Amino acid sequence: MERVSGMGQDTIAAVATGTTNAGISIIRISGTEAFRIAEELFVPKTGKKRLSEMASHTMHYGTIRQEDAIVDEVLLSVMKAPNTYTKENIVEINCHGGILVTKKVLRLVLSHGARLAEPGEFTKRAFLNGRIDLSQAEAVIDLIHAANEQAMQNSVRQLGGSLYRKISGLREDILRDTAWIEAALDDPEHISLDGFEETLREHTEQSITQLEELLSHAADGKIIKEGIRTVILGKPNAGKSTLLNALVGEERAIVTEIPGTTRDTLEELIQLKGVALRIVDTAGIRTTSDTVEKIGVEKARKEAETADLLLYVADATRPLDENDEAVIEILKGKKAVVLLNKSDLPALVTAQELREKTEKQVLEISAKQEQGIEQLSEIIEHMFYQGLIDRKEEVFITSLRHEQALKEAKESLLQVLLSLDKHMPEDFYSIDLMNAYQMLGEIIGEAVDEDLVNMIFKEFCMGK
Amino acid sequence: MEEQKSYIYEAYDVVVIGAGHAGCEAALASARLSMKTLMLTVSMDSIAMMPCNPNIGGTSKGHLVREIDALGGEMGRNIDRTYIQSKMLNKSKGPAVHSLRAQADKQDYTRSMRKVVENQDNLTVKQGEAVEILTEDGAVCGVKTYSGAVYPCKAAILCTGTYLKARCIYGETSQYTGPNGLPAANYLTDSLKKLGIEMYRFKTGTPARIDKRSIDFSKMQEQFGDETVQPFSFETDPDSMTKEQVSCWLTYTNEATHEIIRENIHRSPLFSGNIKGTGPRYCPSIEDKVVKFPDKDRHQVFIEPEGNYTNEMYISGMSSSLPEDVQIAMYRSVPGLEHANIVRNAYAIEYDCINPMQLKPSLEFKAVSGLFSAGQMNGSSGYEEAAAQGIMAGINAARKLSGKEPVVLDRSQAYIGVLIDDLVTKETHEPYRMMTSRAEYRLLLRQDNADLRLTELGYEIGLISEERKEALQTKKQQISDEIMRLKKTMIGGREEVQEFLESQGSTPLKTALSLAELITRPELGYQILAKIDTERPHISTEIVEQVEIELKYAGYIERQQRQVEQFKKTEQRKIPENLDYDEVPSLRIEARQKLKQIRPENIGQASRISGVSPADISVLLVYLKQNRE
Repeated sequence: MERVSGMGQDTIAAVATGTTNAGISIIRISGTEAFRIAEELFVPKTGKKRLSEMASHTMHYGTIRQEDAIVDEVLLSVMKAPNTYTKENIVEINCHGGILVTKKVLRLVLSHGARLAEPGEFTKRAFLNGRIDLSQAEAVIDLIHAANEQAMQNSVRQLGGSLYRKISGLREDILRDTAWIEAALDDPEHISLDGFEETLREHTEQSITQLEELLSHAADGKIIKEGIRTVILGKPNAGKSTLLNALVGEERAIVTEIPGTTRDTLEELIQLKGVALRIVDTAGIRTTSDTVEKIGVEKARKEAETADLLLYVADATRPLDENDEAVIEILKGKKAVVLLNKSDLPALVTAQELREKTEKQVLEISAKQEQGIEQLSEIIEHMFYQGLIDRKEEVFITSLRHEQALKEAKESLLQVLLSLDKHMPEDFYSIDLMNAYQMLGEIIGEAVDEDLVNMIFKEFCMGK
Repeated sequence: MEEQKSYIYEAYDVVVIGAGHAGCEAALASARLSMKTLMLTVSMDSIAMMPCNPNIGGTSKGHLVREIDALGGEMGRNIDRTYIQSKMLNKSKGPAVHSLRAQADKQDYTRSMRKVVENQDNLTVKQGEAVEILTEDGAVCGVKTYSGAVYPCKAAILCTGTYLKARCIYGETSQYTGPNGLPAANYLTDSLKKLGIEMYRFKTGTPARIDKRSIDFSKMQEQFGDETVQPFSFETDPDSMTKEQVSCWLTYTNEATHEIIRENIHRSPLFSGNIKGTGPRYCPSIEDKVVKFPDKDRHQVFIEPEGNYTNEMYISGMSSSLPEDVQIAMYRSVPGLEHANIVRNAYAIEYDCINPMQLKPSLEFKAVSGLFSAGQMNGSSGYEEAAAQGIMAGINAARKLSGKEPVVLDRSQAYIGVLIDDLVTKETHEPYRMMTSRAEYRLLLRQDNADLRLTELGYEIGLISEERKEALQTKKQQISDEIMRLKKTMIGGREEVQEFLESQGSTPLKTALSLAELITRPELGYQILAKIDTERPHISTEIVEQVEIELKYAGYIERQQRQVEQFKKTEQRKIPENLDYDEVPSLRIEARQKLKQIRPENIGQASRISGVSPADISVLLVYLKQNRE
């Protein structure tokens, strides 16, 4: 049970940048194992020198490989302790291939022995290792605090009710089996474990299957809601849902219904070219009654505040009204694309007019005819790679953390099966069962504490 | 209390209040560490009394007894002298959960311990009720008794068990006495409250004792002890343990029993609200079991002798606080107890104890220098848990007076460490009992290696003799020599080897393997391999046991050792005693409150407090770094 991170010199990794640097994401690895891990993944274009033999603060061009397949072309920086940000050995991998590739590279780094950094952990290490002036302590604390708050919010935001229930259910199953074993160990004269091995094997196999299911969905976003948080705005009947449907139909997009954080919004994850969009459908805006309409605008404004990207759907066949004015107001200072819909019909609103009013890029489309959708994809992708859209990085990190936790939970349960195969005594199973329990708890933010003891007493009649 | 004329009697270094299992270990440790020690008891006849179950040890409690012994305590030796039946529990399970349990002759146990404490140098035992802790500038300076005698002292250890404002209850009847009708201690609580100590009120209970002559054993299953008895103490010669053992008996409750309970449940003080104290979940009364587990059509009942010189039998599994008339009907509904003659009623007992989060891991109060507390007073339950805290409190009181750092066992060293860390760090809402599931490193904390873990420490403390330490070091050497030999001795695929392996249902060798590797095969073991291990030295069974465990479970043991290394790092990062948590920015409110209340000694302990998140710990680390330099 390691609740305290960064006490040892273990090696940590995370994405160290936003996307401000023209589509490049930097994966930073810090710690004693940084060079070893990078060496195992990196093949330099020229020369075969080991990273640890390279001069400090040099950059190297090459590829990241998984087995023999090239994952990405990268620039790799080697920085030797103690003259680095954390005063530890640091390798930074500059990935070019977009969000999915970056994530893949980070996964590889983790599978080779790095641990995913806690929020603010590089800075924490920098501080604890004396790299940052002591007078900066409060700033460091604030950063850790803020990063953690953001991660917490994200993880809560990410977990829809059904996923929470699924993980809780899995934990409950695991805990009940452990409690059975522990109750019997504690009170052998009252509770027998005869025949329990078979039950446990069955349950553990079922749990593993469920974990594998969750993991297989990790990539397509069912569990990991990442991507650019996108809100579609526009007055009633401008064609918002038609646009959504058109996007969904585009390029075999993967669509998943995820219950949103508010009762009446729906989020859909769409894979558009190399970029994932998490679209918030502000359903309420479509009602016509005046009061409800007002609520709809309010809601849209609220959603827009936390969005990475706004898509404003304007209706070319109707003149701009106060609804449009309200939306245009919301767009100010935000990353947005204006879509002039129904451009195949006789127009009352022109692209020029909208461009002047909004000072945004305007694209003429017909959602119904699915015209312009391709261009829209390109525009969004371009904006992403140009770093014009800030992704909320912590979402990305948190989701990967969940994936790692799922993997570890699965590993622990596989270890239980192994112990069963070897006919180890029952008390050996509990160790790995509880490890799986703890890992799953980290996903939903629940600690172990007295759970086992409570379950023992709840389920079993113990004692003299 | 009327104001007594007080007078100075005699000064001591350490005064131990209470002479139960905690008090005896505390007093012995203190006296053996050369402190002039006084032990006060409400009755000289209740020294090391066992007012509840007639046994010592059991799952995880057996571990505690062995650890107490490995540190130089008395409990292990005392039960070895006075046991009447002994059993190793969980023998078919892994070595980490093997647990020794012995039935004691209660009278003998008490007498034998009394002899030890009465003859201990530096130790005086007196009958008298402590009523006041005297302090000066926030430090203990004396203890006053009901008679007005003042014993000036530098440290005091509270081992008051279940005696503070004790009340025994069954049905509508309640008596303000301690266990077994002994006088309660009614005044000390108020003195402690005046010192600002927060008190809890807990509850526990005990079943009836029944006259052996009125029991029909033919309707019960006989439960025997082990043929070969292992002693608790590493110092006891196993050969000296042989004796005629007595049997226990197993019977069951039935629907009729449960019906009687259900019909009278309204007369139970637990359900009527007459009992306010918090009871333990692991030791429920029979009425609790019937109410909480309505689907169970029967519950086990063990009939255990209280000793060789009494006919009283302990009815394990049927503790109760129902009225006497209901008790009679209830017990008599159990097969074999139809004509049961109750000698002593079952009863529940309520008592005052402290909130143990007020203690440091050394068991000294944070707020009162020199005041220590151990045993049920700290909200634990059980003789073994009490004794374990007692020895640590005794050691640390003595060390404090000698100007030495306290000895704090951590969770990777001993069950004692787990027990005390849980008590002082985690909120307790019921009497705390040890369980193996509470020990996260239990593969390392086995009852078989308690001496390897703790006896050298016991020697450094001063409770273990030179001779015993040297014997331990020899044992360690022999274990590592034998493991080395097994790792080095390669076995090739000779014909007789292959035949032997096949005869054991083991796959034949393809390449040469070491004996150590062969031992790890589930179907093989050290003894089995004797046939192909012709040059093996003659070594004792206890060495064989260690060798075999270390080899067979090597993978698991190494995994736990790696976890322990991580754990140790956080334990070693100390937090200054005077840290002002209000000065630490960005701690969440809940974390700040808990940290202020518990004042953890190190980062590890802080991280185990519920409500303190990893981010809070990061914040704390950064703050500590800033303020250290």
